[in-house]
Amino acid sequence: MSPLIATHYCYALVPLRLTRTAMALPQKESTPIFSDATAGTLRLIAYLALAAVLMVLDHRNGWLHRVRYATSAAIVPIYKLAAAPADWIHAAGTAFTQHGRLVDENRQLREALMLAEARLNRMHAVAQQNERLKHLLDTQQLLGMHAQLARLIDVQLGPTRDRVMLNVGADEGVHVGQTVIDSHGVMGQIIEILPHASVAMLVIDPDHALPVMATRTGLRGIAHGTGDSGRLLVPNLPLSSDVKPGDQLVTSGLGGRFPAGFPVGTVTGLERDPSGMFLQAIVKPAAELERSGEVLLLREQPDPVGPPAPAPQAGPPDSLAPTASAGGHAVPVAPAGGVR
Amino acid sequence: MNRLRTQGWVFWIGIVLALLLMLMPLPTLIQPLKPYWPALVLVYWSLESTDRVNVGLAFGVGIVADLLNGALLGDQALRLAVLVFIVLRFRSRLRFFPMWQQALALWLLLLNNHVLQALIRAFAGDSPMPALSWLAPAVGAAVWPFVFLLLDDLNTRVRGKGARAS
Repeated sequence: MSPLIATHYCYALVPLRLTRTAMALPQKESTPIFSDATAGTLRLIAYLALAAVLMVLDHRNGWLHRVRYATSAAIVPIYKLAAAPADWIHAAGTAFTQHGRLVDENRQLREALMLAEARLNRMHAVAQQNERLKHLLDTQQLLGMHAQLARLIDVQLGPTRDRVMLNVGADEGVHVGQTVIDSHGVMGQIIEILPHASVAMLVIDPDHALPVMATRTGLRGIAHGTGDSGRLLVPNLPLSSDVKPGDQLVTSGLGGRFPAGFPVGTVTGLERDPSGMFLQAIVKPAAELERSGEVLLLREQPDPVGPPAPAPQAGPPDSLAPTASAGGHAVPVAPAGGVR
Repeated sequence: MNRLRTQGWVFWIGIVLALLLMLMPLPTLIQPLKPYWPALVLVYWSLESTDRVNVGLAFGVGIVADLLNGALLGDQALRLAVLVFIVLRFRSRLRFFPMWQQALALWLLLLNNHVLQALIRAFAGDSPMPALSWLAPAVGAAVWPFVFLLLDDLNTRVRGKGARAS
Protein backbone atom coordinates (compact mmCIF):
# COMPACT_ATOMS: atom_id res chain seq x y z
CA MET A 1 0.00 0.00 0.00
CA SER A 2 2.69 2.48 0.98
CA PRO A 3 4.33 2.79 -2.49
CA LEU A 4 0.91 3.66 -3.91
CA ILE A 5 0.38 6.43 -1.33
CA ALA A 6 3.88 7.69 -1.98
CA THR A 7 3.15 7.92 -5.70
CA HIS A 8 -0.02 9.90 -5.06
CA TYR A 9 2.02 12.19 -2.92
CA CYS A 10 4.44 12.67 -5.80
CA TYR A 11 1.60 13.37 -8.19
CA ALA A 12 0.26 16.09 -5.94
CA LEU A 13 3.42 17.83 -4.88
CA VAL A 14 6.22 17.22 -7.34
CA PRO A 15 4.90 17.28 -10.89
CA LEU A 16 8.46 17.33 -12.21
CA ARG A 17 9.13 13.90 -10.87
CA LEU A 18 5.87 12.61 -12.27
CA THR A 19 7.23 10.95 -15.34
CA ARG A 20 9.93 9.12 -13.48
CA THR A 21 7.55 7.71 -10.85
CA ALA A 22 5.04 6.79 -13.49
CA MET A 23 7.72 4.79 -15.24
CA ALA A 24 8.81 3.16 -12.04
CA LEU A 25 5.29 2.24 -11.05
CA PRO A 26 4.63 -0.71 -13.39
CA GLN A 27 7.88 -2.34 -12.27
CA LYS A 28 6.96 -1.98 -8.64
CA GLU A 29 3.50 -3.34 -9.22
CA SER A 30 4.85 -6.69 -10.35
CA THR A 31 6.67 -7.21 -7.05
CA PRO A 32 4.55 -5.75 -4.30
CA ILE A 33 5.40 -7.01 -0.83
CA PHE A 34 1.91 -8.02 0.16
CA SER A 35 0.91 -10.31 -2.67
CA ASP A 36 4.32 -11.98 -2.69
CA ALA A 37 3.91 -12.86 0.97
CA THR A 38 0.44 -14.20 0.29
CA ALA A 39 1.78 -16.36 -2.51
CA GLY A 40 4.50 -17.64 -0.19
CA THR A 41 1.97 -18.50 2.49
CA LEU A 42 -0.26 -20.24 -0.03
CA ARG A 43 2.69 -22.23 -1.27
CA LEU A 44 3.56 -23.22 2.30
CA ILE A 45 -0.02 -24.29 2.93
CA ALA A 46 0.06 -26.37 -0.25
CA TYR A 47 3.25 -28.10 0.85
CA LEU A 48 1.90 -28.68 4.36
CA ALA A 49 -1.23 -30.23 2.89
CA LEU A 50 0.89 -32.41 0.62
CA ALA A 51 3.00 -33.52 3.58
CA ALA A 52 -0.09 -34.26 5.64
CA VAL A 53 -1.60 -36.32 2.80
CA LEU A 54 1.67 -38.21 2.40
CA MET A 55 1.83 -38.94 6.11
CA VAL A 56 -1.72 -40.22 6.28
CA LEU A 57 -1.30 -42.38 3.18
CA ASP A 58 1.99 -43.69 4.48
CA HIS A 59 0.49 -44.45 7.87
CA ARG A 60 -2.37 -46.35 6.23
CA ASN A 61 -0.57 -48.12 3.41
CA GLY A 62 3.09 -48.28 4.40
CA TRP A 63 4.29 -46.29 1.40
CA LEU A 64 7.58 -45.38 2.96
CA HIS A 65 8.58 -48.99 3.12
CA ARG A 66 7.67 -49.57 -0.51
CA VAL A 67 9.51 -46.50 -1.76
CA ARG A 68 12.51 -47.45 0.38
CA TYR A 69 12.41 -50.95 -1.06
CA ALA A 70 12.27 -49.62 -4.62
CA THR A 71 15.10 -47.14 -4.12
CA SER A 72 17.22 -49.35 -1.91
CA ALA A 73 19.92 -49.65 -4.57
CA ALA A 74 20.62 -45.97 -3.96
CA ILE A 75 19.85 -45.86 -0.25
CA VAL A 76 21.81 -48.78 1.16
CA PRO A 77 25.19 -47.43 -0.05
CA ILE A 78 24.35 -44.18 1.74
CA TYR A 79 23.79 -46.11 4.95
CA LYS A 80 27.10 -47.87 4.49
CA LEU A 81 28.80 -44.53 3.87
CA ALA A 82 27.28 -43.07 7.02
CA ALA A 83 28.35 -46.10 9.03
CA ALA A 84 31.92 -46.00 7.72
CA PRO A 85 33.38 -43.43 10.17
CA ALA A 86 32.08 -45.38 13.15
CA ASP A 87 33.71 -48.50 11.69
CA TRP A 88 36.99 -46.67 11.22
CA ILE A 89 36.92 -45.38 14.76
CA HIS A 90 36.22 -48.88 15.97
CA ALA A 91 39.06 -50.26 13.85
CA ALA A 92 41.42 -47.56 15.10
CA GLY A 93 40.32 -48.32 18.64
CA THR A 94 41.24 -51.97 18.30
CA ALA A 95 44.50 -51.05 16.58
CA PHE A 96 45.58 -48.81 19.43
CA THR A 97 44.22 -50.77 22.36
CA GLN A 98 46.80 -51.03 25.04
CA HIS A 99 48.88 -54.11 25.20
CA GLY A 100 47.91 -54.82 28.79
CA ARG A 101 44.28 -54.85 27.99
CA LEU A 102 44.86 -57.24 25.13
CA VAL A 103 46.79 -59.57 27.40
CA ASP A 104 44.00 -59.45 29.96
CA GLU A 105 41.44 -60.08 27.33
CA ASN A 106 43.48 -62.93 25.92
CA ARG A 107 43.65 -64.59 29.33
CA GLN A 108 39.97 -64.18 29.89
CA LEU A 109 39.20 -65.58 26.49
CA ARG A 110 41.45 -68.56 27.07
CA GLU A 111 39.69 -69.28 30.34
CA ALA A 112 36.35 -68.97 28.65
CA LEU A 113 37.52 -71.27 25.89
CA MET A 114 38.64 -73.91 28.36
CA LEU A 115 35.38 -73.67 30.19
CA ALA A 116 33.48 -73.90 26.95
CA GLU A 117 35.49 -76.91 25.85
CA ALA A 118 34.88 -78.67 29.11
CA ARG A 119 31.22 -77.95 28.76
CA LEU A 120 31.30 -79.05 25.16
CA ASN A 121 32.84 -82.35 26.11
CA ARG A 122 30.08 -82.94 28.56
CA MET A 123 27.54 -81.86 26.01
CA HIS A 124 29.06 -84.24 23.54
CA ALA A 125 28.23 -87.15 25.76
CA VAL A 126 24.76 -85.79 26.28
CA ALA A 127 24.35 -85.24 22.55
CA GLN A 128 25.36 -88.82 21.86
CA GLN A 129 22.90 -90.05 24.39
CA ASN A 130 20.31 -87.79 22.89
CA GLU A 131 21.10 -89.14 19.45
CA ARG A 132 20.53 -92.67 20.67
CA LEU A 133 17.29 -91.74 22.34
CA LYS A 134 16.14 -89.96 19.22
CA HIS A 135 16.84 -93.01 17.15
CA LEU A 136 14.95 -95.02 19.68
CA LEU A 137 12.04 -92.66 19.38
CA ASP A 138 12.36 -92.79 15.63
CA THR A 139 11.95 -89.09 15.07
CA GLN A 140 13.01 -87.58 11.82
CA GLN A 141 13.32 -84.05 13.04
CA LEU A 142 16.78 -82.59 13.26
CA LEU A 143 17.93 -80.77 16.33
CA GLY A 144 20.14 -78.49 14.25
CA MET A 145 19.21 -74.89 14.46
CA HIS A 146 19.29 -73.00 11.22
CA ALA A 147 20.79 -69.62 11.61
CA GLN A 148 22.34 -66.99 9.45
CA LEU A 149 25.12 -64.63 10.40
CA ALA A 150 24.54 -60.92 9.87
CA ARG A 151 26.46 -57.75 10.63
CA LEU A 152 25.07 -54.53 11.99
CA ILE A 153 25.25 -51.45 9.79
CA ASP A 154 25.84 -48.76 12.38
CA VAL A 155 23.38 -46.01 11.47
CA GLN A 156 20.76 -44.24 13.47
CA LEU A 157 17.18 -44.90 12.39
CA GLY A 158 14.67 -42.54 13.87
CA PRO A 159 15.19 -40.42 16.95
CA THR A 160 16.08 -43.30 19.26
CA ARG A 161 18.39 -46.26 18.97
CA ASP A 162 15.83 -48.99 19.38
CA ARG A 163 16.15 -50.15 15.81
CA VAL A 164 19.21 -51.46 14.05
CA MET A 165 20.06 -52.13 10.46
CA LEU A 166 21.53 -55.47 9.34
CA ASN A 167 23.48 -56.16 6.19
CA VAL A 168 21.33 -59.01 4.90
CA GLY A 169 17.96 -58.69 3.28
CA ALA A 170 15.31 -60.27 1.14
CA ASP A 171 17.80 -61.56 -1.42
CA GLU A 172 19.60 -63.46 1.34
CA GLY A 173 16.36 -65.07 2.43
CA VAL A 174 15.51 -62.83 5.35
CA HIS A 175 11.86 -62.22 6.06
CA VAL A 176 9.84 -60.16 8.49
CA GLY A 177 9.44 -61.71 11.92
CA GLN A 178 12.73 -63.59 12.13
CA THR A 179 14.31 -63.63 15.57
CA VAL A 180 17.64 -61.85 16.00
CA ILE A 181 19.97 -63.18 18.69
CA ASP A 182 23.56 -62.63 19.72
CA SER A 183 25.71 -65.03 21.67
CA HIS A 184 24.12 -63.93 24.95
CA GLY A 185 20.44 -63.81 24.21
CA VAL A 186 17.53 -62.46 22.23
CA MET A 187 18.12 -59.06 20.64
CA GLY A 188 14.90 -58.50 18.75
CA GLN A 189 13.11 -59.28 15.55
CA ILE A 190 13.12 -58.24 11.90
CA ILE A 191 10.44 -55.68 11.12
CA GLU A 192 11.37 -54.41 7.69
CA ILE A 193 13.37 -55.80 4.80
CA LEU A 194 15.13 -54.28 1.82
CA PRO A 195 16.78 -56.34 -0.93
CA HIS A 196 20.21 -56.28 0.76
CA ALA A 197 19.51 -54.89 4.20
CA SER A 198 16.92 -55.24 6.89
CA VAL A 199 15.76 -53.39 9.98
CA ALA A 200 15.40 -55.11 13.32
CA MET A 201 13.45 -53.84 16.30
CA LEU A 202 15.33 -54.39 19.53
CA VAL A 203 13.65 -55.85 22.60
CA ILE A 204 14.11 -52.51 24.40
CA ASP A 205 11.90 -50.66 21.92
CA PRO A 206 8.82 -49.35 23.74
CA ASP A 207 6.69 -50.88 20.98
CA HIS A 208 8.18 -54.33 21.50
CA ALA A 209 6.92 -57.13 23.71
CA LEU A 210 7.90 -60.76 23.93
CA PRO A 211 6.58 -63.69 25.92
CA VAL A 212 9.01 -64.90 28.57
CA MET A 213 9.24 -67.57 31.22
CA ALA A 214 11.30 -67.75 34.39
CA THR A 215 13.56 -70.79 34.26
CA ARG A 216 13.44 -71.37 38.02
CA THR A 217 9.68 -71.38 38.48
CA GLY A 218 8.15 -71.55 35.04
CA LEU A 219 6.29 -68.30 35.72
CA ARG A 220 5.20 -66.71 32.47
CA GLY A 221 4.91 -63.06 31.53
CA ILE A 222 5.36 -60.55 28.77
CA ALA A 223 8.56 -58.49 28.66
CA HIS A 224 8.01 -54.99 27.33
CA GLY A 225 10.69 -52.63 26.12
CA THR A 226 11.09 -49.36 27.96
CA GLY A 227 13.19 -47.36 25.52
CA ASP A 228 15.96 -47.47 28.11
CA SER A 229 18.78 -49.66 26.87
CA GLY A 230 19.39 -51.55 30.10
CA ARG A 231 15.83 -52.26 31.11
CA LEU A 232 12.88 -54.43 30.20
CA LEU A 233 9.66 -54.51 32.18
CA VAL A 234 7.49 -57.55 32.91
CA PRO A 235 4.24 -56.10 34.23
CA ASN A 236 1.07 -57.74 35.53
CA LEU A 237 2.63 -60.43 37.69
CA PRO A 238 0.41 -61.55 40.58
CA LEU A 239 1.53 -60.21 43.95
CA SER A 240 1.89 -63.76 45.22
CA SER A 241 4.04 -64.94 42.32
CA ASP A 242 7.35 -66.55 43.07
CA VAL A 243 9.90 -64.32 41.43
CA LYS A 244 12.98 -62.70 42.88
CA PRO A 245 16.01 -60.73 41.70
CA GLY A 246 18.46 -63.00 39.94
CA ASP A 247 15.86 -65.13 38.20
CA GLN A 248 16.73 -65.94 34.61
CA LEU A 249 14.10 -65.31 31.97
CA VAL A 250 13.97 -67.20 28.68
CA THR A 251 11.60 -66.96 25.74
CA SER A 252 8.54 -69.09 26.42
CA GLY A 253 7.70 -69.69 22.78
CA LEU A 254 4.07 -68.81 23.31
CA GLY A 255 2.59 -67.00 20.33
CA GLY A 256 4.99 -68.69 17.97
CA ARG A 257 6.99 -65.63 17.01
CA PHE A 258 10.08 -66.44 19.08
CA PRO A 259 11.40 -69.96 19.49
CA ALA A 260 11.37 -71.12 23.09
CA GLY A 261 14.35 -71.35 25.40
CA PHE A 262 16.56 -68.42 24.42
CA PRO A 263 17.81 -66.25 27.28
CA VAL A 264 16.11 -62.86 27.47
CA GLY A 265 17.44 -61.37 30.68
CA THR A 266 17.87 -61.41 34.42
CA VAL A 267 15.44 -59.99 36.96
CA THR A 268 17.16 -57.13 38.76
CA GLY A 269 14.33 -55.73 40.79
CA LEU A 270 10.63 -55.93 41.64
CA GLU A 271 8.16 -53.20 42.30
CA ARG A 272 4.43 -52.70 42.62
CA ASP A 273 2.80 -51.34 39.52
CA PRO A 274 1.01 -47.96 39.79
CA SER A 275 -2.31 -49.58 40.66
CA GLY A 276 -0.74 -51.56 43.47
CA MET A 277 -2.55 -54.72 42.39
CA PHE A 278 0.30 -56.39 40.54
CA LEU A 279 4.03 -56.77 40.65
CA GLN A 280 6.28 -55.72 37.82
CA ALA A 281 9.74 -57.11 37.33
CA ILE A 282 12.61 -55.03 36.05
CA VAL A 283 14.80 -57.08 33.78
CA LYS A 284 18.29 -56.52 32.46
CA PRO A 285 18.50 -57.79 28.88
CA ALA A 286 20.88 -60.69 28.35
CA ALA A 287 21.90 -59.67 24.83
CA GLU A 288 24.62 -57.06 24.49
CA LEU A 289 22.42 -54.58 22.70
CA GLU A 290 25.00 -51.82 22.77
CA ARG A 291 27.97 -53.77 21.64
CA SER A 292 26.98 -56.59 19.33
CA GLY A 293 28.60 -56.26 15.93
CA GLU A 294 27.59 -59.63 14.60
CA VAL A 295 24.24 -61.25 15.18
CA LEU A 296 22.44 -64.42 14.23
CA LEU A 297 19.13 -64.57 12.44
CA LEU A 298 17.19 -67.70 13.30
CA ARG A 299 15.51 -69.41 10.44
CA GLU A 300 12.18 -70.87 11.17
CA GLN A 301 12.24 -74.61 11.36
CA PRO A 302 9.80 -76.63 9.39
CA ASP A 303 6.50 -76.63 11.19
CA PRO A 304 6.32 -79.50 13.63
CA VAL A 305 3.74 -82.04 12.66
CA GLY A 306 0.77 -82.17 14.96
CA PRO A 307 -0.02 -79.96 17.91
CA PRO A 308 2.57 -77.55 19.31
CA ALA A 309 5.14 -79.21 21.53
CA PRO A 310 4.43 -78.99 25.25
CA ALA A 311 6.84 -77.42 27.72
CA PRO A 312 9.97 -79.56 28.01
CA GLN A 313 9.32 -80.45 31.66
CA ALA A 314 8.78 -84.03 32.67
CA GLY A 315 5.40 -85.03 31.33
CA PRO A 316 3.47 -88.23 31.62
CA PRO A 317 5.27 -91.44 30.65
CA ASP A 318 5.97 -91.77 26.94
CA SER A 319 3.67 -94.70 26.64
CA LEU A 320 0.70 -92.54 27.51
CA ALA A 321 1.26 -89.75 25.00
CA PRO A 322 3.30 -91.01 22.06
CA THR A 323 2.94 -88.19 19.53
CA ALA A 324 3.13 -85.18 21.82
CA SER A 325 6.11 -86.47 23.77
CA ALA A 326 7.96 -87.23 20.56
CA GLY A 327 7.87 -83.55 19.72
CA GLY A 328 8.81 -82.56 23.24
CA HIS A 329 11.87 -84.76 23.45
CA ALA A 330 13.24 -84.12 20.06
CA VAL A 331 13.38 -80.37 20.17
CA PRO A 332 13.89 -78.77 23.55
CA VAL A 333 14.04 -75.40 21.79
CA ALA A 334 11.31 -76.06 19.29
CA PRO A 335 9.15 -73.17 18.14
CA ALA A 336 6.29 -73.82 20.47
CA GLY A 337 3.57 -72.30 18.38
CA GLY A 338 5.03 -73.01 14.98
CA VAL A 339 1.67 -72.56 13.37
CA ARG A 340 0.83 -68.91 13.08
CA MET B 1 28.29 -18.33 -13.86
CA ASN B 2 31.29 -20.32 -12.77
CA ARG B 3 30.99 -18.89 -9.29
CA LEU B 4 27.34 -19.81 -9.11
CA ARG B 5 28.09 -23.33 -10.18
CA THR B 6 30.84 -23.75 -7.58
CA GLN B 7 28.54 -22.32 -4.96
CA GLY B 8 25.95 -24.84 -6.08
CA TRP B 9 28.45 -27.62 -5.48
CA VAL B 10 29.22 -26.32 -2.01
CA PHE B 11 25.50 -26.15 -1.31
CA TRP B 12 24.70 -29.69 -2.40
CA ILE B 13 27.74 -31.20 -0.73
CA GLY B 14 26.69 -29.43 2.46
CA ILE B 15 23.21 -30.92 2.22
CA VAL B 16 24.55 -34.44 1.58
CA LEU B 17 27.01 -34.15 4.48
CA ALA B 18 24.20 -32.97 6.76
CA LEU B 19 22.11 -36.00 5.79
CA LEU B 20 25.06 -38.32 6.44
CA LEU B 21 25.71 -36.67 9.80
CA MET B 22 22.07 -37.20 10.62
CA LEU B 23 22.47 -40.94 9.98
CA MET B 24 25.77 -41.24 11.82
CA PRO B 25 25.44 -42.80 15.25
CA LEU B 26 26.83 -41.22 18.41
CA PRO B 27 27.56 -42.92 21.73
CA THR B 28 24.22 -43.96 23.18
CA LEU B 29 24.38 -41.61 26.13
CA ILE B 30 24.52 -38.45 24.03
CA GLN B 31 22.53 -39.83 21.12
CA PRO B 32 19.33 -37.88 21.87
CA LEU B 33 21.31 -34.64 22.03
CA LYS B 34 22.35 -34.79 18.39
CA PRO B 35 21.46 -31.55 16.60
CA TYR B 36 19.27 -31.69 13.52
CA TRP B 37 21.97 -31.03 10.92
CA PRO B 38 19.86 -30.66 7.74
CA ALA B 39 17.93 -27.84 9.42
CA LEU B 40 21.12 -25.97 10.31
CA VAL B 41 22.48 -26.17 6.76
CA LEU B 42 19.17 -25.14 5.21
CA VAL B 43 18.89 -22.18 7.58
CA TYR B 44 22.37 -21.00 6.66
CA TRP B 45 21.66 -21.10 2.95
CA SER B 46 18.26 -19.46 3.23
CA LEU B 47 19.93 -16.61 5.14
CA GLU B 48 22.82 -16.45 2.71
CA SER B 49 21.12 -16.32 -0.67
CA THR B 50 17.52 -15.67 -1.57
CA ASP B 51 17.34 -17.68 -4.76
CA ARG B 52 18.86 -20.95 -3.66
CA VAL B 53 16.54 -22.18 -0.93
CA ASN B 54 12.79 -22.07 -1.04
CA VAL B 55 10.04 -23.97 0.70
CA GLY B 56 9.84 -26.49 -2.13
CA LEU B 57 13.51 -27.37 -1.88
CA ALA B 58 13.23 -27.79 1.89
CA PHE B 59 10.29 -30.12 1.25
CA GLY B 60 12.39 -32.15 -1.19
CA VAL B 61 15.31 -32.43 1.22
CA GLY B 62 12.85 -33.50 3.90
CA ILE B 63 11.43 -36.23 1.68
CA VAL B 64 14.94 -37.59 1.07
CA ALA B 65 15.66 -37.44 4.80
CA ASP B 66 12.43 -39.31 5.46
CA LEU B 67 13.41 -41.98 2.97
CA LEU B 68 16.73 -42.36 4.74
CA ASN B 69 15.75 -42.50 8.37
CA GLY B 70 12.19 -41.34 8.92
CA ALA B 71 9.43 -43.22 10.58
CA LEU B 72 6.76 -41.57 8.42
CA LEU B 73 7.02 -40.28 4.86
CA GLY B 74 6.39 -36.52 4.89
CA ASP B 75 7.28 -35.90 8.54
CA GLN B 76 10.63 -34.20 8.04
CA ALA B 77 9.41 -32.67 4.76
CA LEU B 78 6.70 -30.84 6.67
CA ARG B 79 9.02 -29.73 9.44
CA LEU B 80 11.74 -28.45 7.14
CA ALA B 81 9.22 -26.63 4.95
CA VAL B 82 7.85 -24.83 8.01
CA LEU B 83 11.34 -24.03 9.26
CA VAL B 84 12.53 -22.57 5.95
CA PHE B 85 9.29 -20.64 5.51
CA ILE B 86 9.77 -18.92 8.88
CA VAL B 87 13.43 -18.19 8.19
CA LEU B 88 12.67 -16.71 4.77
CA ARG B 89 9.86 -14.60 6.22
CA PHE B 90 12.18 -13.07 8.84
CA ARG B 91 15.28 -13.27 6.70
CA SER B 92 15.98 -9.55 6.54
CA ARG B 93 15.90 -9.31 10.31
CA LEU B 94 17.72 -12.57 11.13
CA ARG B 95 20.60 -11.76 8.80
CA PHE B 96 21.66 -8.73 10.76
CA PHE B 97 21.22 -10.13 14.22
CA PRO B 98 24.40 -10.45 16.26
CA MET B 99 25.53 -14.04 16.55
CA TRP B 100 24.14 -14.72 20.02
CA GLN B 101 20.74 -13.41 19.00
CA GLN B 102 20.83 -15.51 15.87
CA ALA B 103 21.65 -18.57 17.96
CA LEU B 104 18.74 -17.74 20.25
CA ALA B 105 16.40 -17.42 17.28
CA LEU B 106 17.70 -20.74 16.00
CA TRP B 107 16.99 -22.35 19.34
CA LEU B 108 13.38 -21.19 19.07
CA LEU B 109 13.16 -22.46 15.49
CA LEU B 110 14.58 -25.86 16.41
CA LEU B 111 12.34 -26.03 19.46
CA ASN B 112 9.34 -25.37 17.24
CA ASN B 113 10.63 -28.09 14.96
CA HIS B 114 10.90 -30.46 17.90
CA VAL B 115 7.38 -29.70 19.10
CA LEU B 116 6.10 -30.45 15.59
CA GLN B 117 8.00 -33.72 15.59
CA ALA B 118 6.55 -34.70 18.95
CA LEU B 119 3.05 -33.84 17.72
CA ILE B 120 3.43 -35.84 14.53
CA ARG B 121 4.75 -38.82 16.47
CA ALA B 122 1.84 -38.57 18.88
CA PHE B 123 -0.64 -38.50 15.99
CA ALA B 124 1.03 -41.45 14.30
CA GLY B 125 0.86 -43.39 17.55
CA ASP B 126 4.62 -43.83 17.92
CA SER B 127 6.30 -44.01 21.29
CA PRO B 128 7.11 -40.59 22.78
CA MET B 129 10.54 -39.05 22.30
CA PRO B 130 13.16 -39.58 25.02
CA ALA B 131 13.10 -36.75 27.55
CA LEU B 132 16.75 -35.90 26.93
CA SER B 133 16.01 -35.11 23.28
CA TRP B 134 14.32 -31.86 24.35
CA LEU B 135 17.82 -30.54 24.91
CA ALA B 136 18.75 -31.18 21.26
CA PRO B 137 17.48 -27.75 20.05
CA ALA B 138 19.76 -26.07 22.61
CA VAL B 139 22.71 -28.11 21.35
CA GLY B 140 21.77 -27.13 17.81
CA ALA B 141 21.77 -23.47 18.81
CA ALA B 142 25.11 -23.92 20.54
CA VAL B 143 26.78 -25.35 17.44
CA TRP B 144 25.10 -22.81 15.15
CA PRO B 145 27.90 -20.20 15.36
CA PHE B 146 30.44 -22.83 14.29
CA VAL B 147 28.29 -24.13 11.45
CA PHE B 148 27.67 -20.56 10.33
CA LEU B 149 31.34 -19.58 10.42
CA LEU B 150 32.44 -22.77 8.65
CA LEU B 151 29.90 -22.47 5.85
CA ASP B 152 30.45 -18.72 5.57
CA ASP B 153 34.20 -19.20 5.30
CA LEU B 154 33.77 -21.85 2.58
CA ASN B 155 31.29 -19.66 0.80
CA THR B 156 33.48 -16.54 0.76
CA ARG B 157 36.47 -18.59 -0.38
CA VAL B 158 34.50 -20.06 -3.25
CA ARG B 159 33.19 -16.64 -4.13
CA GLY B 160 36.68 -15.13 -4.05
CA LYS B 161 38.12 -17.90 -6.21
CA GLY B 162 35.23 -17.65 -8.65
CA ALA B 163 35.68 -13.90 -8.94
CA ARG B 164 39.39 -14.32 -9.66
CA ALA B 165 38.77 -17.03 -12.21
CA SER B 166 36.15 -15.05 -14.12
